[in-house]
Amino acid sequence: MPPELTQLLPASVPLSWYLVLSAILFSLGIAGFLFRRNIITVFMSIELMLNAVNLTFVAFSYHLKQVDGHIFSFFVMVVAAAEAAVGLAIILTVFKNRATLEIDEVSSMKL
Amino acid sequence: MDALLFLTFAGIAVLCAINLVLQTHPISSALSLVGVMGSLAVLYLLLGGAFIAAVQLIVYAGAVMVLFLFVIMLLNAQAERTTSKSAMRAWVSVPLLFTFVILLASLIIQRAPAGAAVKFGEFTGGSVANVGRALFTTYLLPFEVTSILILIAILGAVVLARKEI
Repeated sequence: MPPELTQLLPASVPLSWYLVLSAILFSLGIAGFLFRRNIITVFMSIELMLNAVNLTFVAFSYHLKQVDGHIFSFFVMVVAAAEAAVGLAIILTVFKNRATLEIDEVSSMKL
Repeated sequence: MDALLFLTFAGIAVLCAINLVLQTHPISSALSLVGVMGSLAVLYLLLGGAFIAAVQLIVYAGAVMVLFLFVIMLLNAQAERTTSKSAMRAWVSVPLLFTFVILLASLIIQRAPAGAAVKFGEFTGGSVANVGRALFTTYLLPFEVTSILILIAILGAVVLARKEI
C-alpha cells in the first residue's frame, strides 16, 4: 500500500461507522420488504434486516468487551434458520394452492 | 489497514444489499444476499468474533441460502412483472429511504459512545472457547430451550409440506 494512502485512512475505525452500516442495511431491508412483490424476495429482505441487527450486537459486544452480544447474535441465527424452514414451507403451500408468488394476489384475508 | 478493510467490505455489503432490493429476479437477489452475508462475516472477524463469523458463513451463507435457492428453483420463480405503480413507488420510496437513513445516521453519530474505536486484535473474547463457555454456563437454559424451538420448527415444516393441506 502506498504511504500516502495509509496516512489518509485512520488507524482504527470509529464504532459509529459499524452502527451506521447496520442502519443502512436495515433500511435497505425495510425498502425491500415494502416494495418487492415476490414473496421470496420479501422473505430475503427480512433475513437482511436480521443480519443488520446481528452486526449491531457484535459491534456493541466489542465495545463492552463482553461475549454476550455474540451469544445473542448466535440465538438470532438459530431463530432465523428455524424461521427460514417454516417460512419456505408456508411459501411452498401457498404456491401449491394458488400457483402464484405475488403477494398482492394472496389477499383472501383482506376485508 | 483496519479502515481499508472496513470500507472495502462495508462497500461490498451495501452494494449487494442495494442490488438485492433492485433486482426483479429472485435468484439475483439470493446471490446478492450471499454477498452481504460473506462481507458481514469479514466484519465480524474485524470485531473479534471468530466463532460468529464461522457460524455466519456455515449456517447463513451455507445452509439457509441453499434452502432459499432450492425453493426458488423448485417453484421456478420468474422475474416480477412491472406494473404502472412501479415507477410511482420508486419516486416515493427513494427520498423517504434517504431521509430515514440520514436521520438514523445523525442520531447514531450523536449518541454513539465518544472516542469508541475498533482496532483489530484488541478484543479476542469471541473465540470458540469463550463463546462455548458462556453458552454452556450462563446461557445454558436458553440454549436448551432453543433445541425445543428447532424441534417444533422441524415438525411445522413437515406438517406444512404434506400433500393434503
